[in-house]
Amino acid sequence: MGEFFHSVTLDRELCMGCTNCIKRCPTGAIRVRDGKAAINPERCIDCGECIRICPHHAKKAIYDPLEVIERFEYTVALPAPALCAQFNNLEDPDLMLSALRGLGFDEVYEVASAAELVSEATRRYLARPDVAKPVISSACPAVLRLIRVRFPGLLDHLLPLIAPVELAARIAKRRAAQRTGLAPEQIGAVFISPCPAKVTAMRMPLGNERSALDAVVAIKEVYPRLLGLMKTAPVEPLSTTGRIGLGWGESGGEAAGLISTERYLAADGIENVIRVLEDLEDEKLGELDFVELNACSGGCVGGVLTVENPYIARVKLKLLRRYLPVSRNHLPEQAEERLRWDAGMEYQPVLELGSDASESFARYSEMQRILAALPGLDCGGCGAPSCKALAEDVVRGEAAVEDCVVLIRERMEAVLRALRIDPGDPHRTR
Amino acid sequence: MAEPIRLDYVVPGDDFTRAGEASADLKSRLKSLGFPPAAIRRAAIALYEGEINLAIHAGGGRITVALTPERIEMALDDEGPGIPDIALAMSEGYSTAPDEVRSLGFGAGMGLPNMKKYTDEFSIASTVGEGTHIRMAVLTAG
Repeated sequence: MGEFFHSVTLDRELCMGCTNCIKRCPTGAIRVRDGKAAINPERCIDCGECIRICPHHAKKAIYDPLEVIERFEYTVALPAPALCAQFNNLEDPDLMLSALRGLGFDEVYEVASAAELVSEATRRYLARPDVAKPVISSACPAVLRLIRVRFPGLLDHLLPLIAPVELAARIAKRRAAQRTGLAPEQIGAVFISPCPAKVTAMRMPLGNERSALDAVVAIKEVYPRLLGLMKTAPVEPLSTTGRIGLGWGESGGEAAGLISTERYLAADGIENVIRVLEDLEDEKLGELDFVELNACSGGCVGGVLTVENPYIARVKLKLLRRYLPVSRNHLPEQAEERLRWDAGMEYQPVLELGSDASESFARYSEMQRILAALPGLDCGGCGAPSCKALAEDVVRGEAAVEDCVVLIRERMEAVLRALRIDPGDPHRTR
Repeated sequence: MAEPIRLDYVVPGDDFTRAGEASADLKSRLKSLGFPPAAIRRAAIALYEGEINLAIHAGGGRITVALTPERIEMALDDEGPGIPDIALAMSEGYSTAPDEVRSLGFGAGMGLPNMKKYTDEFSIASTVGEGTHIRMAVLTAG
């Protein structure tokens, strides 16, 4: 395993060592050790669930400050479709895009526009006879990482196309280079993101060797500044997206944008996504062409770097899309090949007990013996999310059975009884 | 030589919604044991079909799984009505499932054929009025 970068990180100062995050993590990546949470980088998929649940705000996402644009000669802002859904009474995307330019960007290119090209490439991919159906969307980076560690049997169902933001970065940089004559490294493609997993995807891309993105700035960072600028910035005709592109901001938008098929399913929220993936793996879902999965409830509008309530954001997106043309971006013939992944997607068996079958079997049997002695309360007091997880940690050599507070209490009571001390009143001997 | 692992499941006959628990549990255990993804998938699909059959037709039953690194063995035993004509039951599309089961999307007559299709070894014995016994195995190298 090489180095890891994760956008989702822990602020040790703020962490109280409570059990909220360990219980919520969908890959069992978090343990509380020595009173502080610790995130296992091999297991973390950057879904942001721990950020949502942490009552002490000790989990946070790392992203770039807006000042990152000063590093480049020329910058292009790439707003996510979800950005449009953050504002009250926004009737024209140009208002927001013009304000974005007012922040200091030289140009704006909507990720929604690139998304329309990905929709078209997906449509052509689905029409191929050799494709394993249902095809599973690969646009949500947290879902991609989840499948890679938990659902190896579904890897060949993944849509092998780059995500809209990646395509947007490539297009924006190429156009800016042509326009300005600058070298690609002098041009900054900056994603205005609802999602910490996109920060991770930029630094450690999956599916492609390297990302064309240069920086990721959080929607919640630019939001207050945009509010002011939207009142003053002169409005220019900047938007180049249609209804399909903006639809990608919410759950079901990508799938509905395919138009070519009604046999699709869209699930959002990490628990629902896992349930669908389990059923897909068992071939329980019948004949589907396409499955859209978003780790966040409501889709990208539910990302932890957004401001607006995701359900309200969906209404706003719907109102904004109402009068737009269906699609304003079209992919040239044969161009879909350029959107294909250039790197393979391999199973990361991080949930396996051992490095080979005999070690896994031996550890499994040991784990069952330990589990039988544990109380089965799944209280989290030991720092692992369940008794099963503690037993697993013990056989991996990462924890001790004595970490179980219930067992320790029982043992202590036994000792006190042996010493004929009343556990309810330690000062009195019986 | 690793010691074989044995798993026991009881499939209730009165709660249709719980069919699938055994295959889901088996799947997660096979993953942590490092079985090849293709073998896991085949075993989970075959066992799920078996659970559905136990729940729909047999009024419940028992599942016993024995694991070695090379083999996933699954035994399904019930004391249900039995199958009068096994050859007919094994043919694709044949179903005796009641309408309310079909309305849930089950009963397409693919249960037994799928169990045979997804496993490397499959045998079935049934006596009317006494019950049905299925033995199937997925080989990890296969």
